[in-house]
Amino acid sequence: MAEKKSLFKEFSKGIIIENPVLRLVLGTCPTLATTTSVQSALGMGLAASIVLVCSNIVISALRKVIPAKVRIPAYIVVIASFVTIVQMLVKAFTPELDEQLGVYLPLIVVNCIILGRAEAFAGKNPVLASAVDGLGMGVGFTTALFLMSTVREILGAGSFYGISIPVLSNNPMLIFILPPGGFFVFGLLMATVNKIAESRGKPRAELRGCEACPMAASCTLHNAPQPEPEQKSEEATA
Amino acid sequence: MEMTKGLLMILMTAILTQNFVLSKFLGICPFLGVSKKLNTAVGMSAAVIFVMALATAVTYPINLLLVSKNLAYLQTIVFILVIAALVQLVEIILKKYIPALYSALGIYLPLITTNCAVLGVVILNVDNGYNFAQSMFNSVGAGLGFMLAMVMFAGVRERMESCEIPKFMRGLPITLVAASLVSVSFLGFTGIVEHIFG
Repeated sequence: MAEKKSLFKEFSKGIIIENPVLRLVLGTCPTLATTTSVQSALGMGLAASIVLVCSNIVISALRKVIPAKVRIPAYIVVIASFVTIVQMLVKAFTPELDEQLGVYLPLIVVNCIILGRAEAFAGKNPVLASAVDGLGMGVGFTTALFLMSTVREILGAGSFYGISIPVLSNNPMLIFILPPGGFFVFGLLMATVNKIAESRGKPRAELRGCEACPMAASCTLHNAPQPEPEQKSEEATA
Repeated sequence: MEMTKGLLMILMTAILTQNFVLSKFLGICPFLGVSKKLNTAVGMSAAVIFVMALATAVTYPINLLLVSKNLAYLQTIVFILVIAALVQLVEIILKKYIPALYSALGIYLPLITTNCAVLGVVILNVDNGYNFAQSMFNSVGAGLGFMLAMVMFAGVRERMESCEIPKFMRGLPITLVAASLVSVSFLGFTGIVEHIFG
């Protein structure tokens, strides 16, 4: 029973408490780029989740085989293989989604969420826990993309999942599906999430691109003294 | 003449209308993370331009080889590994032979390995079917565009330091809204490249 409970905890932490986009501020590039419509956002979330779960499983299974010194290149090879598989599947079965996602589909390789989870969790934990962790993070990522894209598509195109909404579709505010709208909606979403987090006594989400970056340990820029106090997540310090 | 015009058009498009950061959302992490001070912003961008140009020069022949052997589906894996190895190699060579350049760019190099802008420009060159010269101009343009966005945004953020910002917007939210306004200004360049060269 205790094990079941902790597995559920691994799953649920990725959705709310440690939501990769809204709390850890990772994977900002696809969050901004693919949320112009709900359809492409869900496609992106699903593709990234599949890669995340599969690479977490394989990396966790190989964690005793991979030497610590070359683990980053090894992780990248595993992740890139799964991205290639997903890329082929998407090209074959949903070519219109492939067109919408374009260059962002192969760029899942360098999505910091996936390499970050490999480094912080899958490289140290058993297979089942890693799979559940990947699934939770994937659902969290997809949820964040869904929220962003709902706002942007309804305001910017006057539709939801391609179905036009009567009054709004007469004069949609095009700016919301243009690049500036992405930054703007993401900014307001972060403000909202921070407000909720603060009211519950949790720290605000800050940009911690550096700590999450798998290269942080070897990076002199990160190790140099920084003007702001650093907030590290539990995984980053572990 | 016609060719130079085409190349200049690719360069200007990559810098202004299709700016990597502000309209394609590639390289957002360094854009938000390293743009707090002007000198780090410049150093980071210089390293990005350097690595982008080098990565394009190296991956172009590799891609030709892959295509000729019917291995085009391996592009993603091969490119990311080549870029990662290349960055490591450049770091070692710079450290050993050109310490002056290393001290200026070296600290930014490890950050660039997993930067989506570098892999992004390489993949876009292939997707667009650019030849070698076009690829190089596109990469350098993308790097210069990254630098332009970084430097402009560093200026905006330095101003913001001394502003009274509502409590709930402090930190990341106001940075993103500021980025949105900088991005609006780049929308103004729409069509300008076609007008100049077209």
